[in-house]
Amino acid sequence: MPYDPSDPLKDRITDIGPRYYKEFFPPVIEKNYGKWLYHEILEPGVLVHVSETGDEVYTVRVGAARLLSIEFLREICEVADKHCGGYLRFTTRNNIEFMVDDKAKVKPLMDDLKARKFAAGSNKFPIGGTGAGVTNIVHTQGWVHCHTPAIDASGIVKAVMDGVYDDFGKMRLPAQVRISLACCLNMCGAVHCSDIAILGIHRKPPMIDHEYIDKLCELPLAIAACPTAAIKPAKTEGGLKTLEVKAERCMFCGNCYTMCAAMPLADEQGSGVAILVGGKISNRVSKPKFSKVVIPFIANEPPRWPGTVEAVKNILDVYAKDAKKYERIGDWAERIGWERFFEKTNIPFSHHLIDDYRFAYTTWRQSTQFKF
Amino acid sequence: MAKHKTPMLDDLEKGPWPSFVSDIKQQAEKGKQVLKDAPDDLLGVMELSYEDRVTHWKHGGIVGVFGYGGGVIGRYCDQPEKFPGVAHFHTMRVNQPASMFYKTDFLIGLCDLWEKYGSGLTNMHGSTGDIILLGTITDNLEPMFYDMTHELNQDLGGSGSNLRTPNCCVGRARCEWSCYDTQEACYQFTMEYQDELHRPAFPYKFKFKFDGCPNGCVASIARADMSVIGAWKDDIRIDQSAVQAYAGGELKPNGGAHSGKDWGKFDIMREVVDLCPTGCMWWDGKKLTIDNRECSRCMHCLNVMPRALRIGTETGASVLFGAKAPILEGAQMSTLTVPFMPMEPPYQELKDLIEKVWDWWMEEGKNRERLGELIQRDTWQKFLQIIEMEPDPRMVDEPRSNPYIFWREEEVEGGWTRDINEYRKKHQR
Ligand code: HEM
Ligand code: HEM
Ligand code: SF4
Ligand code: SF4
Ligand code: SF4
Ligand code: SF4
Repeated sequence: MPYDPSDPLKDRITDIGPRYYKEFFPPVIEKNYGKWLYHEILEPGVLVHVSETGDEVYTVRVGAARLLSIEFLREICEVADKHCGGYLRFTTRNNIEFMVDDKAKVKPLMDDLKARKFAAGSNKFPIGGTGAGVTNIVHTQGWVHCHTPAIDASGIVKAVMDGVYDDFGKMRLPAQVRISLACCLNMCGAVHCSDIAILGIHRKPPMIDHEYIDKLCELPLAIAACPTAAIKPAKTEGGLKTLEVKAERCMFCGNCYTMCAAMPLADEQGSGVAILVGGKISNRVSKPKFSKVVIPFIANEPPRWPGTVEAVKNILDVYAKDAKKYERIGDWAERIGWERFFEKTNIPFSHHLIDDYRFAYTTWRQSTQFKF
Repeated sequence: MAKHKTPMLDDLEKGPWPSFVSDIKQQAEKGKQVLKDAPDDLLGVMELSYEDRVTHWKHGGIVGVFGYGGGVIGRYCDQPEKFPGVAHFHTMRVNQPASMFYKTDFLIGLCDLWEKYGSGLTNMHGSTGDIILLGTITDNLEPMFYDMTHELNQDLGGSGSNLRTPNCCVGRARCEWSCYDTQEACYQFTMEYQDELHRPAFPYKFKFKFDGCPNGCVASIARADMSVIGAWKDDIRIDQSAVQAYAGGELKPNGGAHSGKDWGKFDIMREVVDLCPTGCMWWDGKKLTIDNRECSRCMHCLNVMPRALRIGTETGASVLFGAKAPILEGAQMSTLTVPFMPMEPPYQELKDLIEKVWDWWMEEGKNRERLGELIQRDTWQKFLQIIEMEPDPRMVDEPRSNPYIFWREEEVEGGWTRDINEYRKKHQR
């Protein structure tokens, strides 16, 4: 029976959760679950995993835009049907993985993937994203779907990935570099532990639509939404209830706008990109670390954000030349010292980069161990 | 013919990386989605944002399917007359299968439904892990949900102040380092807590993430209120002949991850032994020795020599609590709480633990206060009482350096009530 709008609760199914993951395992994965002995990266984007049963699974990893049409999803399925027995997998970094159980099937798969292009010429399935290189960027919605972004997401990601494309398909870096993007400081993408983070920030407090705000919003909710208590009740000259923002307390988070559409804050000049570097998640050698702000602001420059792309490439290139094998960007910056980081990358150091938020002093240098 | 002129977006069709603009255009041209103009109008409104350098979306208010408080994100365009195809553009979050393996018939089924009810556009995947179906109108939410549950046996994911869709790494499906079944744990916790996932009753969002080892491929330590990270207690298994093969240059270090540059001959001392953060490793030219009690499982040596070194066999997980993004008290990573817990279904020990944590947080947490913030506000000591755990030096990087200890009365011999007159017998005023 199809859905019946006059009786929405009829035959309703709820709380069934996702499909059981094992239904979607290719046979070689199902059979060797928990039996993998080791893996090797045969060439950029191509992995082999070897099981104690002697079985092997070959994975070809390709980048994707994350924003995918169903026309394209159907094509992805067609590739998987043709080469991989109808199975595929996505990674947490928006890559697609095509797996085959025999080395002989790898080349036809790769040839097929390489031959497929979008109408205007970009690759549908760039192979790479493994080892000591740049993998795909994890990112958020931006101007495609969110109401608080300071920057776009998909467009900047496309421009940056075009800019560092070689490093997606090569493994020439000292260690892996994870780039992430979040379009406002709420950080849906949680970019705060990335080697390089591209973060959208606003720099102007919200405007207030005084004549309409009381009709559009629940004023107490907007007041309560502000993390720094910058918003208080006020009256217009005509006696209407409205709000007032204490501008110097505003941290430009946009939470008020989420609660109240009469408080927009995005701005052509005020909003743009901040760059953070040196974070990591892995416990390898050194502990996980937060990313640190090294460029406080770059203007929005659609469609290709050249300033942002250049900033990322510059950091990547200096790091590639200067860091030791296995050193992540943050490990490298700590070894050479942040003063050297700014010197070598030629990034100007400004007062914006010195912490003045809570627990700020924990990041100030309290020793005489510095470099001239 | 494209409906709108989009010269700036068209520039993003150039270059080698897959172009989302070309992809949306192909959906606009060839797609059979019911919201026919959605892809064209999405390009139109994005082009307008590229010109204005400001978003054109408004917060969507409360929309959803009956009986659920999450899973749908409401969204309206602030130029509905110009772009009617995306005037209402709500997304649906669909709970992804653990570790995101798919069979094509399922994905095609999902495409068919999204063609029938939506914009024909998706995110594979959102950053929590869900499949994001990007954009439909309110009237289509219920029929889409009905068909998805009936035909695909598939539910929505979480959003709002509830349990967010749990996520895990590829784990034992295709990784040699996974110390427990990350998929099974992820699946079972998702199923056990369906109510918490669909019906917001928490002060704010709550996330579980399951990493199979300290490499942390789903970033649980940075992104989950409860991070479950694989660990082993016994010895790293060593195949000495394979170690020799690495040392002699016959095997590629780090699985070949550095092959794009000539880093010179592999040097086991410099590249493995000297980088071991605990200095618990020795190499005498023939034999590798590890003092396993001193190893902190940083994974470096295993990552460099996967064919020679394997995780131990007494495996389980460490449990950490409290990570969050910077708003408000600053970013936090999860704090080590349970050094080791066996991780076998039905995971009762972990379920008991999480339920104690939730009870406390739901009682004490302020509106929009993440667990990590509550722990900071109410102290780690209080958190330990709630979860009935003893303090352990592994929970801190170092002991406190200030002596401002909040002693409790019952800890002090004789208590706090004293008699000033007794005191005055010995001490003049
Ligand atoms: C105060 C903090 C936050 C607020 C107010 C917030 C708000 C939002 C909003 C409004 C959206 C909808 C975007 C859309 O239109 O689709 C969203 C999406 C999302 N949020 Fe958050 N968010 C916050 C923090 C976070 C954090 C810390 C994470 C993850 C660690 C997160 C994960 C997500 C994910 C995965 C999405 C789905 C969209 C995507 O994948 O890009 N959010 N958030
Ligand atoms: C030195 C540290 C690390 C090592 C040795 C390592 C190793 C690996 C390996 C072997 C895989 C492939 C697993 C498989 O699919 O068979 C993998 C995948 C992955 N790792 Fe890690 N990992 C490390 C750190 C990280 C970190 C810090 C992150 C996240 C911030 C991360 C995110 C991922 C993701 C998302 C994948 C899926 C594939 C992709 O899209 O790149 N890894 N990692
Ligand atoms: S990071 Fe901010 S602007 Fe971007 S999708 Fe998330 S809430 Fe929206
Ligand atoms: S943008 Fe954030 S800090 Fe500024 S007034 Fe709004 S809620 Fe408060
Ligand atoms: S977290 Fe560890 S076990 Fe899981 S996929 Fe990554 S390396 Fe493998
Ligand atoms: S895992 Fe890390 S700490 Fe343990 S022996 Fe290997 S390098 Fe040393």
